[in-house]
Amino acid sequence: MRLTLTVNGEHREVDGVWEGASLLYLLREHLDLPGSKNACEQGECGSCSVYLDGDVVCSCLVLAAQAQGRDVVTVEGIANGDGDGLHEVQRAFVEAGGVQCGFCTPGLIVASHDLLRRNPRPSDPEIREALAGNLCRCTGYEKILEAVRLAGERLAAAAPR
Amino acid sequence: MCRLPATAAVSETTEMEVLQTDSWREALELKAAHPDAVPIAGGTDLMVELNFDRIRPRAILDLTRIPELTDWGPENGRLRVGAGVTYSRLIAELGDRLPGLAIAARTVGSPQIRNRGTVGGNLGTSSPAGDGLPPLFASDAEVELASTAGTRRIGVGEFVTGPKHNCLADDELIAAFHIAPAGGPQQFAKIGTRNAMVIAVCSLALSIWPSRQGVAACVGSAGPTPIRCSEAERFIAGVFDEHDLWRTRAPIPDAALTSFGELVERAARPIDDVRGTARYRHHALGVLARRTLTWAWEAYRCA
Repeated sequence: MRLTLTVNGEHREVDGVWEGASLLYLLREHLDLPGSKNACEQGECGSCSVYLDGDVVCSCLVLAAQAQGRDVVTVEGIANGDGDGLHEVQRAFVEAGGVQCGFCTPGLIVASHDLLRRNPRPSDPEIREALAGNLCRCTGYEKILEAVRLAGERLAAAAPR
Repeated sequence: MCRLPATAAVSETTEMEVLQTDSWREALELKAAHPDAVPIAGGTDLMVELNFDRIRPRAILDLTRIPELTDWGPENGRLRVGAGVTYSRLIAELGDRLPGLAIAARTVGSPQIRNRGTVGGNLGTSSPAGDGLPPLFASDAEVELASTAGTRRIGVGEFVTGPKHNCLADDELIAAFHIAPAGGPQQFAKIGTRNAMVIAVCSLALSIWPSRQGVAACVGSAGPTPIRCSEAERFIAGVFDEHDLWRTRAPIPDAALTSFGELVERAARPIDDVRGTARYRHHALGVLARRTLTWAWEAYRCA
């Protein structure tokens, strides 16, 4: 099957996609975007989180055909190219030690990015709620929470009043 | 209609066809022409089956492009909610009119799952553990089923016939559910091993209906289908009459709360499985029944 969609702002066309493939498979295996990680394939771990038409979803639970004509943003599209090329959320994860093995990080970056664009000053329970669908087996989450708080503070400080 | 042709590009896999349309009428025609096509909305159930090679349907019918399915609005004093309204939208847009269902929706999966999952999907899957179902049962909701021959409406308690079984015909699709807006406080409580991303060990939905002086309760994940607790409902209605509670809005006597919990426990028909034992579920439901009734009644008394 042939699919056309927008990924990270670019128009992409792909041929030869299997009808039963997930959006995650399409991104990783056809579009050369391995940032979204394949772990549980059942929506439990959040490592494959991407934006689909502006909503954060597990790309493993989206049929690739459902993304036909849609707008997808992956963790690769969140980096904004300023300075070190990282988004403030990504920089905060690095600085706070929110990254250990790194496998869950892309999903957590996307989920945190989504939280902070909707709610720049989240409370701790709000952060926990927003990241409830993202599993990390290394950090114990404390440093991830710290990273989100740090990114939130910096984004709020930088935002026009 | 945009129908993506099946190709033989991936030879190791079974041939599959994805049927897509943005027209409800065409979706019904496609379902009639392909009775074995499996509908997909949010994909949170079906994609797991596909990813794990548990099913290989010959055709998948994508319902995410049909605008009618994502509409909701009032209809004859009730609400008609399209089968494709996501849990996130239910929480954001219908939390005031359907608080019990919105509380249940908040317990579904994670933000990622709630952004995709739909009550229509919960109905289609008809799992006894579907979190969206007990609130529908406690509000006597009806399911609207459609085919090229027309539509029919059926009570949700009749629609779900067993674990992952319902009375949807091969040529039908779930169009919507019809539900009364809350007439009083509503509650939902769920037992799980953590506060997110869990399938219910057991759950309970409870609605207070002051206009008809009734309390409705339905247990979830504690039987082959969600189960309405009719005896418990009759018992507590009698207590409210006897003590004139609808008028005085006095607290419910402790002994009556205990008996209500016991009757809810007795209505459940749970099994032992990986998530919990039948004995634990019975016990937990008694606790949830007392708690949710107390919360809802306190909200009504203080309103």
